[in-house]
Amino acid sequence: MDKVKNGKSMLNITDLHASIGGTEILKGLNLTVNPGEVHAIMGPNGSGKSTLAYLLSGHPSYEATSGEMLFDGQDLVNMLPEDRARLGLFLCFQHPTEVPGVRMDHFMRAGLNSVLRSKSLDEMDVLKFDKFLNSKVDIVEMDRNLVKRSVNEGFSGGEKKRNEILQMAIFDPKLSILDEPDSGLDVDALRIVANGINQLRSEEKSIILVTHYQRILNYVVPDKVHILINGRIVKSGGKELALEIETNGYDNIEQSLANDQHSG
Amino acid sequence: MTASNQVVKDVAAQEYKYGFVTDVESEVAPPGLSEETVRFISAKKNEPEWMLEGRLKAYKYFTTLVDKEQVPDWAHLRYSPINFQDIIYYSAPKQKVSLENLDQVDPEILKTYERLGIPLQEQKRLAGVAVDAVFDSVSIATTFQAELAKKGIIFCSMSEAVQNHPELVKKYLGSVVPYTDNFFAALNAAVFSDGSFCYIPKGVRCPMELTTYFRINTEGSGQFERTLIIAEESSYVSYLEGCSAPMRDENQLHAAVVELITEENAEIKYSTIQNWYPGDEQGKGGIYNFVTKRGKCAGKNSKISWTQVETGSAITWKYPSVILQGDNSIGEFYSVALTKGYQQADTGTKMTHIGKNTRSTIIAKGISAGHANNTYRGLVRVNPKAVNSWNFTQCDSLLLGDQCGAHTTPYVEVKNNSSHLEHEAFTSKVSEAQIFYCNQRGISTEEAHSVIINGFCKEVFKQLPLEFAVEATRLLEMNLEGTVG
Repeated sequence: MDKVKNGKSMLNITDLHASIGGTEILKGLNLTVNPGEVHAIMGPNGSGKSTLAYLLSGHPSYEATSGEMLFDGQDLVNMLPEDRARLGLFLCFQHPTEVPGVRMDHFMRAGLNSVLRSKSLDEMDVLKFDKFLNSKVDIVEMDRNLVKRSVNEGFSGGEKKRNEILQMAIFDPKLSILDEPDSGLDVDALRIVANGINQLRSEEKSIILVTHYQRILNYVVPDKVHILINGRIVKSGGKELALEIETNGYDNIEQSLANDQHSG
Repeated sequence: MTASNQVVKDVAAQEYKYGFVTDVESEVAPPGLSEETVRFISAKKNEPEWMLEGRLKAYKYFTTLVDKEQVPDWAHLRYSPINFQDIIYYSAPKQKVSLENLDQVDPEILKTYERLGIPLQEQKRLAGVAVDAVFDSVSIATTFQAELAKKGIIFCSMSEAVQNHPELVKKYLGSVVPYTDNFFAALNAAVFSDGSFCYIPKGVRCPMELTTYFRINTEGSGQFERTLIIAEESSYVSYLEGCSAPMRDENQLHAAVVELITEENAEIKYSTIQNWYPGDEQGKGGIYNFVTKRGKCAGKNSKISWTQVETGSAITWKYPSVILQGDNSIGEFYSVALTKGYQQADTGTKMTHIGKNTRSTIIAKGISAGHANNTYRGLVRVNPKAVNSWNFTQCDSLLLGDQCGAHTTPYVEVKNNSSHLEHEAFTSKVSEAQIFYCNQRGISTEEAHSVIINGFCKEVFKQLPLEFAVEATRLLEMNLEGTVG
């Protein structure tokens, strides 16, 4: 049914400025993501990558000071984070939070039922959800016992990342923002996470993959790559742009930008 | 203001839903405490001479404590002094002399319990739960008595027990909490009016949960109930009490005494859901809850387990304790105390290890919101002869907002070197990160607080009988309810 939306973008960001605690981090960002596309956002530390992820998902510490963020045609700027989630916007956290005493599967069911409720759909009872969950755990080769533990408590770094991708599978969002899903992973874990992401790619769904390193893009091949430096997208291209970064580093781009400015 | 701050405000301002008053004609003693009051109560209950003597002894002792101004002041609680002459010590709804069945109970009172979610009509009863309903100073009805009697179990009001089982009452009343124990225990021993009495004979496993529901209704009255549970050798009982009161501007006093006794291999599981009126947003009114609860594991291998969910009262002063006298006996204390508005709670436990190889577990969870103060106070005492004893204590605090307080005062006294004690404690706040993580999964900020707090209380809730665990979760949610701005 989402095919109807062909030609309409999933996400449209125009001249976005944003700050945290009064410090401007994003300084006029433009980005359009269409259904079915995977966009990689790359950039050095402190360039504003995580700010973008948090801003899109509605973290209360981040403030959009001007510009526009349209998700599936709806203005995100003043929308509550839970409403964004219910509309199908998902954030895969770089550092997922622990919630002691709350079982992971119960937590996911509570979230999913909130989403279903908002759409006036039937909620899932425990049995139905357990079946559903069981059908998804293999996507990230997840230990079935892990979901019976408290939310992210005592999870290893790799388990936390896999658990985030598992939730992406459970919530089946229209737009997923993956904030450094590769950080801290060894090669095997990286392959599992990337494999999970690839299984969730589809023509209707979009993914924004925020990463510092090109490595994960060998597995999750992006349609577009954007370089974010100092709060702006300074360069966009295809997957080859990521390889260029791998070879020459961000410094090189920053250097050439500086030169452009001098000559211009 | 962030959404989570709004919820914290709402939590602090949550209204009390059981604050209605039942319009019922009552027989009320004039306010004030004197020997005459004590005699009046005893006469009302048609008590034998030995009961009256016991009351008068306690009354005399209490007056000496009042004269010496020995009101306990060591707790982390602030309140204006209680004027014991302003309190009504006896209030009973007028009814026929003897109640043959529930049809004779004032329909207003039956309606009250319905509104509280405790139907007394047996056809509407909670499956597998026997209820004793105490309204102000008297027990209104006890359900399932006949069925329990078939197994030799006695479950009745304390007044009935005095009449029908005087030998048991004489033997055990005051054997765990003597009237000299403390100020409020002395007061209770003098003026207690009713409460529940349970006796489980040797080898019997009580087939249903026994429940007492306490309701304060009359203005200016205090409630002084007395509960006594005796579990004979190799018996088992699970008992639960609930409580509520109307909303009033003045404070009302509740000073109860609960005594538990387990003989060899017996077990008592005692759960409390305390929801007395906590006072309004400004801290006006509310129940002063000064309660002495103690169990004695008299026999070998016996076990007493206290679980409490404390959400009400303006002041809570309560330390359900266990005397571990029998060798290998086990004492447990699981507690959730939620304070909001201007509520103050000073609660905890005392585990006294006397027998060999005795074990105790303490898990206390304090949640504070608004301007509330929440204190855990505990004592673990291991006597010289209590060799190879073991204790684990964990007391955690959760703060909602920055105007509230959490305090922990654990005392430990160990008199031998073969025992093992562990203590863990942490204080935390519901973090913005946790709320946002929930939000991002579609869970509203309000629901997120409830999810996080339920998680925090989980170790305690799982100790409650299933249907009451659901009730406790609901109560907590109700207390945290509010609309997000």
